[in-house]
Amino acid sequence: MAEDVVLMKGNEAIARAAIRTGVDAYFGYPITPQSEVLETLAEEKPWETTGMVVLQAESEVAAINMVYGGAATGKKVFTSSSSPGVSLKQEGISYIAGAELPCVIVNVMRGGPGLGTIQPSQADYFQSTKGGGHGDYHLIVLAPSSVQEMADFVDLAFDLAFKYRNPALILSDGVIGQMMEKVVLPPMRPRRTEEEIIAQCPWAANGKRKGRGPNIITSLELDSAIMEQRNIHLQAKYKEISENEVRFEEINCEDAEYLIVAFGSCARIAQKAIEIARNEGIKVGILRPITLWPFPSKEIERLSHQMKGILSVELNAGQMVEDVQLAVKNGVKVEYFGRMGGIVPDPDEVVNALKEKLMK
Amino acid sequence: MTREDIIKPENLVYHKPTLLNDNPMHYCPGCSHGVVHKLIAEVIEEMGLEEKAVGVSPVGCAVFMYNYLDIDCEEAAHGRAPAVATAIKRLWPDRLVFTYQGDGDLACIGTAETIHALNRGENITIIFINNAIYGMTGGQMAPTTLVGMKTATCPYGRDVKIHGYPLHMTEIAATLEGTAYVTRQSVHTVAAIRKAKKAIRKAFENSMNGKGSNLVEIVSTCNSGWKMSPVAANKWMEENMFPYYPLGDLKDKE
Repeated sequence: MAEDVVLMKGNEAIARAAIRTGVDAYFGYPITPQSEVLETLAEEKPWETTGMVVLQAESEVAAINMVYGGAATGKKVFTSSSSPGVSLKQEGISYIAGAELPCVIVNVMRGGPGLGTIQPSQADYFQSTKGGGHGDYHLIVLAPSSVQEMADFVDLAFDLAFKYRNPALILSDGVIGQMMEKVVLPPMRPRRTEEEIIAQCPWAANGKRKGRGPNIITSLELDSAIMEQRNIHLQAKYKEISENEVRFEEINCEDAEYLIVAFGSCARIAQKAIEIARNEGIKVGILRPITLWPFPSKEIERLSHQMKGILSVELNAGQMVEDVQLAVKNGVKVEYFGRMGGIVPDPDEVVNALKEKLMK
Repeated sequence: MTREDIIKPENLVYHKPTLLNDNPMHYCPGCSHGVVHKLIAEVIEEMGLEEKAVGVSPVGCAVFMYNYLDIDCEEAAHGRAPAVATAIKRLWPDRLVFTYQGDGDLACIGTAETIHALNRGENITIIFINNAIYGMTGGQMAPTTLVGMKTATCPYGRDVKIHGYPLHMTEIAATLEGTAYVTRQSVHTVAAIRKAKKAIRKAFENSMNGKGSNLVEIVSTCNSGWKMSPVAANKWMEENMFPYYPLGDLKDKE
């Protein structure tokens, strides 16, 4: 049977994929450019079909704490927002990371700082990949570059979140969230039963059954010696994630002499840019990080040996370029090109930057 | 005579609730928290909800509630317990979900979460310990600190020109359509403890029967923060707290 190809926005794809992959709840608050996630869920009424809970919270702060509450019981819960709203969620995200709970957060980034603009941006790269809230922690960060990946990464993010008991972030932007593309939605799958959740999540606080002690979900520990051990445990987990979960895509790198590193919507622009550049005889390829944390440092290091120069293309003032610079150890030139404040560069600008910054 | 001889079933008139474990409590002597914890443990046990109860503890002195109650618990960020409880109850509708919050947690930093959870009619119970001071951080001014009352951050007494007025959070809760039962109790005498227990029981029953949100305020002492002996603190509470926070049911949809 042919797969059903449908046309929709990235935000809508997130919502529909969540319903279809057995997600238990969504808690959110309206903010442009991601409100279609909540709107689509409200229109679809999954509480009448799959039993999924959908709730518009009183704030982003409340929404992330509802996620904290739901995740503590072993259910698959998620929230979405855009940059200013995700800043509000950082306290809760830190608690979730500290208590080691699985959940998914979606950030459809817009330009900042402050209230900024509703236009697309990737300026939350630092916040997303270096922790975001207080304390030493990491989120697993997935960066979709198409509507199809918006749909596919919901399930992937939950898989990774539950595998490592760690919050996973889908880091999108206003381009990917708002643009319409064809997409094949994941097949329908029922939510897990309460019995399955209890069996799969013996740590979850959903009622103390006979034969076990109480399950306590907390990030608090006043004994510094124990708290340091908790941190050591977290760092060991992050190391394991770093070693096993790096995801990336290489495009036209086989013969490349120049490399563009770009994620999300920038990777799409870069694809057109390398087409233009190659028509002019410039051998350029793309390394697209799919996981921004863990970052594909080893792959960039490996590719750097064949390159004359590397350009990090971002919708910000140059954030990921720092990770690219850390990855490259052989002195190959690493430069940044980007636009800010909601401006999206066209492919010609990227090609020009490549020539100006690396080939002169 | 052995212990077993003394404590024969027919001689037993009182025992510690089975859901209150043996961990030594960190609360100060004279503090109301221990009594309220005991009441919660008793009510859960009497309702037979040991396997269904999920408690949400606050930031404040009761942050360690989970160290004393033998039930599943989640520790919330400061003020966010009602949001946490909302999700637990929505996702596990047959569970008994309650929060336990102090005045700073509930009536200051968590005002939005408290009002909206109550107004949505979430089938949860909020136990609100109001002792008019921040206990855990060392006795600072709370939203419910009385006018003229001295704390570490209003050392010359609460001045309405500077600090505004003590907040009647429970009165606000009673005006919300989503609340089923809103009451103000205390635990400073045996009679008061009995009444408070009845109130908690009614609130928990409402939560389980889908009647809406329930708020049980317990006007309490903080003799350490108030810098008084437990006896003097009880007297001060009767003379000063009760006139501003009068005891009794504010709303009962029954």
